[in-house]
Amino acid sequence: MQPEASVIEVILESNLANVERAEAAARSVAAKMGFDEEREFHVEMAVHEAVINAIHHGNKENASKKVYIRFLVFADRLEIHVRDEGQGFDPATLPDPLASENILSDSGRGIFLVRKFMDEFRVEKSPAGGTDVIMVKHLTTRIQSNQGGTGREHEGNGASG
Amino acid sequence: MSMKAMVRQVDSVTVVDVSGRITLGEACKELREVIRGELGKGHKNLLLNLGDVTYIDSSGIGELVSAFTAVSNQGGQLKLLHLTKKVHDLLQITKLYTVFDVRDDEAEAISSFKAA
Repeated sequence: MQPEASVIEVILESNLANVERAEAAARSVAAKMGFDEEREFHVEMAVHEAVINAIHHGNKENASKKVYIRFLVFADRLEIHVRDEGQGFDPATLPDPLASENILSDSGRGIFLVRKFMDEFRVEKSPAGGTDVIMVKHLTTRIQSNQGGTGREHEGNGASG
Repeated sequence: MSMKAMVRQVDSVTVVDVSGRITLGEACKELREVIRGELGKGHKNLLLNLGDVTYIDSSGIGELVSAFTAVSNQGGQLKLLHLTKKVHDLLQITKLYTVFDVRDDEAEAISSFKAA
């Protein structure tokens, strides 16, 4: 049985000006949990990229659509859900930004950075509609196990920021 | 804090002092316009001073790459100066650190253009 988590929820309109609110919330939660400064920045950056992805690619910057961010605080880890109202994307189809043919691309590094900075990463269709990006950062460093995706996700244009 | 880009000329080098956040939206657009504007004036030796950049995201990194490509395509050189640790780490992670010519000292950076 999963131990109970404290939950903090932030709901944002799909406006890029709101991204800093999400970052501030992430920073605050991570700091209170005891992440060191570098790992706190990793959490902040991952939330920034996931929220940008949700606003820009998921909700197409349609202000009537919302981004729902949930911070689930467990004793040993922080789990973050960023849900948009978009059509989904399959992270497995995103180009590798480290490949020589992509290294000078001016986009396509957003989800890559989320995966780098978080211990776990996956994308799910939300039962409430839209797409849920789920990220986990453990309080103690772990080997990354974040190459997944469910294969039933969104974003036909394949962009990830 | 939004992004600011102040341009000054040192010898044959155009130094762009960038401060604030380079993120998706207006900041990236503004930086692009500044770089393209300088290229339009025939200024092809560009040194981006990133010492006061407080935050850069994947789009900001993409904008640096775009600037690098635009300057290179014009036969010029774009170099980076005074990377913060966060920007440095992001360029390492994205394997762009070796793509850019990164400098820590402005005078030495200016001289490096003359030598090229």
